[in-house]
Amino acid sequence: MTGTWLIRGARPLGGDPADVLICGEMILGIGAKLDAPAVRRGSQRADGAQSLDADGLIMLPGLVDLHTHLREPGREDAETVSTGTAAAALGGFTAVHAMANTDPVADTAGVVEQIWRLGRQAGRCDVRPVGAVTVGLAGSRLAELGAMADSAARVRVFSDDGRCVHDAVLMRRALEYVRAFDGVIAQHAQEPRLTHGAQVNEGEISGRLGLTGWPAVAEEAIIARDCLLAAHVGSALHACHVSTAGSVEIIRWAKSKGWQVTAEATPHHLLLTEQLAAGYDPVFKVNPPLRTAEDVQALRVGLSDGTIDCVATDHAPHPLEDKETEWEAAAFGMTGLETALSVVHEALVEPGLLDWAGVADRMSTRPAVIGRLSGHGRLLPGEPANLVLYDPSPRDVIDPGAQASKSRNSPFAGMVLPGRVVATFLRGKPTVLDGKLAW
Amino acid sequence: MNRHLISAGDLSLDDALLILDTADELAHMAERPVKKLPTLRGRTVVNLFYEDSTRTRISFEAAAKRLSADVINFSAKGSSVAKGESLKDTALTLEAMGADAVVIRHSASGAPRRLAGWVRGSVVNAGDGAHEHPTQALVDAFTMRRRLGRLDGLRVTIVGDVLHSRVARSNVLLLSTLGAEVTLVAPPTLLPVAVGGWPCSVCYDLDVALPKADVVMMLRVQQERMNAAYFPSVREYSRRYGLDAARMALLPDHGIVMHPGPMNRGVEIAAEVADSGRSTIVEQVANGVSVRMAVLYLLLGGSGAQQ
Repeated sequence: MTGTWLIRGARPLGGDPADVLICGEMILGIGAKLDAPAVRRGSQRADGAQSLDADGLIMLPGLVDLHTHLREPGREDAETVSTGTAAAALGGFTAVHAMANTDPVADTAGVVEQIWRLGRQAGRCDVRPVGAVTVGLAGSRLAELGAMADSAARVRVFSDDGRCVHDAVLMRRALEYVRAFDGVIAQHAQEPRLTHGAQVNEGEISGRLGLTGWPAVAEEAIIARDCLLAAHVGSALHACHVSTAGSVEIIRWAKSKGWQVTAEATPHHLLLTEQLAAGYDPVFKVNPPLRTAEDVQALRVGLSDGTIDCVATDHAPHPLEDKETEWEAAAFGMTGLETALSVVHEALVEPGLLDWAGVADRMSTRPAVIGRLSGHGRLLPGEPANLVLYDPSPRDVIDPGAQASKSRNSPFAGMVLPGRVVATFLRGKPTVLDGKLAW
Repeated sequence: MNRHLISAGDLSLDDALLILDTADELAHMAERPVKKLPTLRGRTVVNLFYEDSTRTRISFEAAAKRLSADVINFSAKGSSVAKGESLKDTALTLEAMGADAVVIRHSASGAPRRLAGWVRGSVVNAGDGAHEHPTQALVDAFTMRRRLGRLDGLRVTIVGDVLHSRVARSNVLLLSTLGAEVTLVAPPTLLPVAVGGWPCSVCYDLDVALPKADVVMMLRVQQERMNAAYFPSVREYSRRYGLDAARMALLPDHGIVMHPGPMNRGVEIAAEVADSGRSTIVEQVANGVSVRMAVLYLLLGGSGAQQ
């Protein structure tokens, strides 16, 4: 279906309506009242353009997720690269970073290339494998980071996500080492001794429910340490799924020093609070845990003022049987690819904390920069036509059963959220049209 | 009343008083030669115990049998995941067998709440992880009322590992509903960080709390806490937070000593205290049957009579 597309009347970045002409893989032009003949004068390729009426729709650059669990290889019962990228496309994403905690772990060039190839075969969304920092995520010795960087997958983001690189020396070395190929270490900040057996945010809810608390300080202590380490060695640190007000403060301070520190927040931490754990339904069990309303507000403000660079889903699919259990026995994690844009709309756009240009920045431009990803994040003539069309007007009940992800563990099930992804284009080819997979 | 008894916090003042008054009536009946009532004839009560607890299981079993219910004891040690069958599958099995009530003891906090979502019968929480043990709190309140004649305004001091204690959680909730004034005494390491929001006061010094206490309730210190830096040594814990005869003398004359059992004699409670006339420990066990009869009767009896 690649060819020529004329998208009429969409509002790029929420601004004034414009027409967008796509030829082949590229955006050829963006402007008022473009039409095929006008463009034909500049290009013979506009003949037979397919037209897409996009009145009232918002056009954003294709979303980029820095934090996705695609589960393949190893847990194909939860998700595959194929189903996960379908979910991503339906959520408006054109690139996702696939976390390394697969089985086998993505800690060698061979595994990251396998995941990269699976993404190319699926074809609905670019898949950028994240490499493990340490062998087997075991936190004891560095994985072959250079080999992963030099592989066909061209890995630039490294993370032991799910586990924290808690050894200070190992973290220092990792930060230093990846500078040789412009890499970044994405840290899952969780001091392990302070979170042994931790289940929910430590505070009112953990005390009432009798569940082991996951204290905010266990995240903040690691983020503070890692900011100082990154500054000391002059390297780039990215803080995964920041969840507490204290972490936002520390990152704000680190940025004020001019240090190379970036951070992400998840949609669920931007909308949901620990109170949801009160019924012991493990669909609300996630790591780091849902926090307090004050933390949610601090994350929103941090994302609004740029302290938090981007939204990353931490899409973590799990089969039903891993969630239909006692709370303590259940797996950590929530799906999020197909609801991310609607959640950001609800949590940030509706209260006036972010406009659509801001959404484009936090969900596409900045994550593409952090991921060292070219060809994504910019809605400009001459750039690859990676874009999403979003209808902000409908409000619908979230139904995980209707989603493309193989798993159903959405914490937003039954909630009414705004907006709907109408179309997604990956390098000029629609992956989603009329809210459904295009092929 | 709710269909289930999962948290002591779910009980209104009227609910709680109804259970205690009903338990009183049933206790009088227990003094008659024939102890059995036909109330729950033909109804099935399942004791689903994922943790060993002979005393609680026997108490529920005796309660159900005195009400003429059919009792099935289902012992499933270890976590459901480790053992293969999930809690949900066990729940569906019990449902298929027509359980009218499931009494569940589980090491995971919230397991009874999950179970209640999967069965039609009533779920009674017989202790879940570090969450709650509401029938134990009802037994304790019943015992206090029998000994001291009232609950409203009663000053109750609970001493020990509050952080991991389901008995403490249920007691704080129930006693505050009943109008008692609860004080928690423990080293700060064994109190939840957000205990300030609980309906009780907190004190780190047992000697300060005792002279004002009508009731002192000693909690068991679990062996595993001793190895996890919650306190420096068993001896230090015992010196600062244990109840020995000298400390017991600080209580007012009418003050009573309670313990939900099983006790660590010589750690949180000295033998001469446990065996003294102020101790209600054996009474608590005896009252357990009456109170659990009242709970089963009120959860199941009403609708059963109509059918």
